[in-house]
Amino acid sequence: MRVQRNEGPAFEAEAVGVSVDLGLLIPLIEKYKGKKGNLIPLLQGAQNLYGFIPQEAFKIISEHTGLKINEMYGVATFYAQFRLHPVGKHIIKVCHGTACHVQNATSITDSIEEALGVKDGQTTPDGFFTLESVACLGCCSLAPVMMIGEETFGKLTGKSAVQVIKEIKIRESAS
Amino acid sequence: MENTKVIVGLGSCGIAAGGNKVYQKIKSLKEADNLTFTLDKTSCVGMCYREPLVEVIDDTGSYLYGEIDENRALEIINQHVVNQNPVKEYLVKSDLYPTPDEEFFQGQVKIALRDCGYINPERLEEYEARDGYRALKKIAADGIPRETIIQTILDSGLRGRGGGGFSTGMKWRFAYNQKSEEKFVICNADEGDPGAFMDRSLLEGDPHAVVEGMIIAAYAIGANGGVIYCRAEYPLAIQRLNIALKQARDKGYLGKDIAGIRGFNLDIHVKEGAGAFVCGEETALMASVEGKRGMPTKRPPFPAERGLWGKPTNINNVETYANVPWIINHGAASYAKYGTEKSKGTKVFALTGKINHGGLVEVPMGITIRDIIYKLGGGIAHGKKFKAVQLGGPSGGCIPEHLIDTPIDYDSVTATGAIMGSGGMVVMDETTCMVDMARFFLDFTQKESCGKCTFCRIGTKRMLEILTRICSGEGEEGDIEKLEELAYQIKDSSLCGLGQTAPNPVLTTIRYFRSEYEAHIRDRKCPAKSCKPLLTYEVIPDKCTGCMVCAKNCSVDAISGNRKEVHFIDQIKCIKCGICFTKCKFDAILVH
Repeated sequence: MRVQRNEGPAFEAEAVGVSVDLGLLIPLIEKYKGKKGNLIPLLQGAQNLYGFIPQEAFKIISEHTGLKINEMYGVATFYAQFRLHPVGKHIIKVCHGTACHVQNATSITDSIEEALGVKDGQTTPDGFFTLESVACLGCCSLAPVMMIGEETFGKLTGKSAVQVIKEIKIRESAS
Repeated sequence: MENTKVIVGLGSCGIAAGGNKVYQKIKSLKEADNLTFTLDKTSCVGMCYREPLVEVIDDTGSYLYGEIDENRALEIINQHVVNQNPVKEYLVKSDLYPTPDEEFFQGQVKIALRDCGYINPERLEEYEARDGYRALKKIAADGIPRETIIQTILDSGLRGRGGGGFSTGMKWRFAYNQKSEEKFVICNADEGDPGAFMDRSLLEGDPHAVVEGMIIAAYAIGANGGVIYCRAEYPLAIQRLNIALKQARDKGYLGKDIAGIRGFNLDIHVKEGAGAFVCGEETALMASVEGKRGMPTKRPPFPAERGLWGKPTNINNVETYANVPWIINHGAASYAKYGTEKSKGTKVFALTGKINHGGLVEVPMGITIRDIIYKLGGGIAHGKKFKAVQLGGPSGGCIPEHLIDTPIDYDSVTATGAIMGSGGMVVMDETTCMVDMARFFLDFTQKESCGKCTFCRIGTKRMLEILTRICSGEGEEGDIEKLEELAYQIKDSSLCGLGQTAPNPVLTTIRYFRSEYEAHIRDRKCPAKSCKPLLTYEVIPDKCTGCMVCAKNCSVDAISGNRKEVHFIDQIKCIKCGICFTKCKFDAILVH
C-alpha cells in the first residue's frame, strides 16, 4: 500500500532552519557520475544521508550530473520510498499487507494515531515519531506487525503497539 | 560435544520473532563454560509458525526445536548438548521421535527451497557442498551446447513462477534467437504482493541458487550483463545477494571466461527498487533500472526482442531461476515427474492468515487446496470455519469453501476466476468480510496504479469509492452492477497486468459472495462483523460484573465504570477496535 504522505512542494531545508550538510553529497555523486541509470541510486543515496531529499540536494545533483530537475522530481514523486520532507527520529512502519490486514492491522494504526495525535503519514510535533502504513514487511506469520527502525514487533494489539512506542519514548527521554 | 552443531534460524521472520536474542544467549553460554560445540546461523526453513527455531545436530541425528526463547535455549544446551538428552517437549522435527508437526513436512518436495534452513547462506562452500555450482561446472566440463540447455528447461515444463506461468524454455529460446552483441538477464526480485514472502526467504536463505540459475540462463541465451532488481524493503536479502555476488566473482563464477568457458563473460549487479508495486511488471521494471518512472510500455516488442537499454533481455522470477541448477543436475524428467500434465514441478507458497501452521511450503503442483490447508496447514486457527483462500495477491481472487478440492495448477486455478500468482495464499475464516477484502485490494492497486491508462487510473478510483461507500453502510441499489461494468471495462482497456487484473478480487468476491454485498447494501449489515462503521459495541448490563478488564484495555479510554458497577461504552470515543469484546471473560460485550 502506498504510504500516505503530506506532500506539499519540496522542502527547502535552509528556509526553516533544518541544517543539511550538502558537502556529504559529493562522494555520492562521484560514485555514480556518468553511469547509466544512476538517478534512482543517487536519490536513494541522498535520502540515506538526510532521511529525506531536500530541495537543495536536487539542485546540487543536477548541477554536477547534468540530470534535469524536472525529470528528477518526476522520478522522486513516482516512487513511494522517497520523502521530500524531514521525518521524525523514529519511523513507525505498520504493515498493512494482506495477512496483517486479515489480523486487524487497521486497529493498530488507529490506536497509534489516537495515542500520538497524528494521522498516518505525519510526524509528531516534537519530531520524535513518524507514522507510516507500509505494504508488506514479509513477516506474515507474526501478523499484525510493525517495524520501528530495524526492530520488528509482531502479534500486536492496539494496546501493545502503543505500549512499545511509550517505552521507546520513556527510554530515550531519560537518556 | 565437538561433533555437535547448534544452528539458530536467523531469517527475517526468525529475527522478528526474537532469534537474535536466542543466538546471543547460546553464544554467551558457550563462552562462559568454554563449551566445544559449533554455533552457527541459518535462514528460514519455512516453519514460520514455530519461530524462533534452533537445530541441534549430533551423532544421533538432527533435532529441530521450535518456539525457543532464552530460557528454553538454556534447557536445550544443558540437557541435550551437554548431557545428550534431547528435550522432547520442544521438538518440532526429529529423525527419532514423533512430533505434532509431522504433517507440515509430509507432502512437501523441496526443490527451489532445497538449501534454505540447511546452510549458512553467507558461506559459498556450504552451497557448493550441496551440489552448488555443479550444474555450471558440468555445462563447462561436458561442453553442453546452449540449445541443449534450453531444450532441457523446455522439457522440464518449468513455467514462470512469478505468476505469469509462461514457459521458461520458450522465453529463453526467444532471447537466444535474437542476434545481438549485448544481451541481458534480469531477475525480478520485486515481490510486491502483500502476503507473499517466498522470494525474500529464497534470497535470504540461498542466494547462490538464484545467481547460479542466472549464470546458466545467461550462458544459454548469450547474455553478458545481469541485474537483480530487488525491492528495497528487503535489506537482508540485498545484503546477502551482494555477498554472494562478490563470492561468485572471487571464485570465477562471474567475470571473464566463466568456469573456463572461453568468451563467456558476465557480471551481475543488484539494483534496489524504490517502492513501486508496478515495477514488478517487466517493462516497468526495466524502465526503473534505466532510471525512469516505472511506467509500463506496449508489448510487442517483448523484452526478449528489445528489453533493457533496447537489447534482448530475459526476465525471470527468483523462484524460476532457483529451480534451474537442480533441473540441470537431475535432468528434465526428474522435474517433470512432479506436478500435473500442464503444470510440472513444484511451487513455493506462503501460507498465511487464519491458519494454524503458517509458513513457507513447497509442494508438487496438483495438490488440492484442502490438503494444503488441513494437512500441511493444520487447519483453521481458533477452531473457526474456513471461508475462502486468496490466491495471487491483488491480481488474484478468493476461492470459496465449496471449491476446496480444486487442484492447484495454473489452469484449474484460473478456471475459478483467481490466478496462481506468485504464491501468496491468505486463508480467511468466518470473521473476514469479503467486501472489505475487495476494498482492501482495490485500495492497494489504486494507489499503485502508474496513472498512464485512463480506465486503470480513474476506473479503479471509482470502484474504490463505491466499495468504501458499501463498507460504510452507504451502499446503493445498482452498486454491484456498476462494479461489474467498471471491472470489465478496466480489464479490457489497460496496457499492463496491474490494470488488467486489479478488478479480479472484486469480480471473484461478487461471483462467490454476492449475498455479503447485498447484506451490506440492503440491510446495512456486515455478516462477518468486520466493517466497523456497521458495528456497535455495547455492554450488556445483565452480564457485566464490573471487573474493569475492558476499561483497562481500551486504548482510547472510552469505557467508564467503577469496580463492581455496570460499565458503559462512550459511542463517540469508541474506535470499534474490538479489544473489549476480545478481553471480556463474561460475554458481556454485544457486537451488532
